[in-house]
Amino acid sequence: MSRRDPSGGLLVSPIRNGTVIDHITAGEALNVLRILGITGSTRECLSIATNVESKRLGKKDIVKVENRELCKEEVDRIALIAPQAKINIIRDYRVVEKKGVKIPKVLKGVVRCPNPGCITNTSEPVESTFEVLEKGLHCLYCDWLIKDDIANYII
Amino acid sequence: MYHVISIRDFERSDLDYLLDRAREFDTGGYRPRMLEDKLAALLFFEPSTRTRMSFATAMARLGGRWISVDSVEASSIVKGETLADTIRVMSSYADAIVLRHPKEGAARLASEFASVPVINAGDGAGQHPSQTLLDLYTIRQSMPIDGANVGLLGDLRYGRTAHSLALALSLYGVTLHTIAPGGLEMPANITLELRERGTEVIEHADVEEVIRDLDVLYVTRIQRERFPDSASYYNVASSYRITPDLLAGVKEHMMILHPLPRAGEIDPAVDRTPHARYFEQARNGVPVRMALLHEVMK
Repeated sequence: MSRRDPSGGLLVSPIRNGTVIDHITAGEALNVLRILGITGSTRECLSIATNVESKRLGKKDIVKVENRELCKEEVDRIALIAPQAKINIIRDYRVVEKKGVKIPKVLKGVVRCPNPGCITNTSEPVESTFEVLEKGLHCLYCDWLIKDDIANYII
Repeated sequence: MYHVISIRDFERSDLDYLLDRAREFDTGGYRPRMLEDKLAALLFFEPSTRTRMSFATAMARLGGRWISVDSVEASSIVKGETLADTIRVMSSYADAIVLRHPKEGAARLASEFASVPVINAGDGAGQHPSQTLLDLYTIRQSMPIDGANVGLLGDLRYGRTAHSLALALSLYGVTLHTIAPGGLEMPANITLELRERGTEVIEHADVEEVIRDLDVLYVTRIQRERFPDSASYYNVASSYRITPDLLAGVKEHMMILHPLPRAGEIDPAVDRTPHARYFEQARNGVPVRMALLHEVMK
């Protein structure tokens, strides 16, 4: 997981318990943090590496979050911006679970509809619902299609 | 339960079936009291004349009754009640709900909270399926829809009737010609969807260059509020006005449709030509809505 630099030291140190998100699309690490609700004021101990060399991706980002294991909804959100990402759950320095991310067919409460006139952007008791199509995300309420900048609309 | 929310939910066979049923209602092939013990809730949270009145007329013609909310101001929405709660309550009063609402997706939401069928009577700039059915019905009265050359003229960006109709027509192998002022063109995602459905969509800058090839010209209102000032509105609106002179040389059977109300897009002198079919179109709202109401409550 961690990569040694030329001086022999670890570029990113191992964590004892928590989650390592590897193979994030290069440049998307900060968006991954935003999705996880991690800001400067949160308490998580965090390591971020960006533009790390990767055999598979050329360049990749890595995020390590200590003492937090990601749930399915969080993984779904990450899949939208980093479909190649790998989630490693770490306990006592060992990888106890390793899973890829998979974009679900329908996203509920994950993405905000960009259409200001959509009923999901009101006080109605309803979650935004998008079906995932090849051409983008399709709002099942107002038929809006999000093609680009999906990260901007992730709740 | 049978909801009528979006034209996207319909197959060609569904549309043909409803158009056939509307034809039966139109020619008197029904019992006058078919919905005698039924009550429809007409919830109109946006202004409407033809749609609301034709749903009420359709209920009356079938021997049914209706209750109605005619504005947001007259309802508990002003007290902050959600549409979801309103729909739950109305479901316990009526056998079907007809909803017009300013927000897109409102009818879809209503169908999730209703325990009775919901008919979408227009949701914001979204869908208006009963209007589309009566548009199709009016075309089919005069010619086969299949293979027709249909022009869509006017505000194709915000005009929900044009979106719904275009999607429905894509099931009939038509060629669509779109003519819209700059900034009011058909949204790219709808044009893309139409092309994915195999429909040829041809964009034109000017109605004159295409009008002689058309079988149907569907005109929609250019809304004044979309323009920064009156001068720019009048400038655009006048260049999209249908006049008797413009109709010289058009096909004999070419019909002009308009969902109404019109605001100067069609010169009243056009009303006297055989091409003007918009009042007949408005009249067709009744048999089409009779077919819909009967279908969801039978």
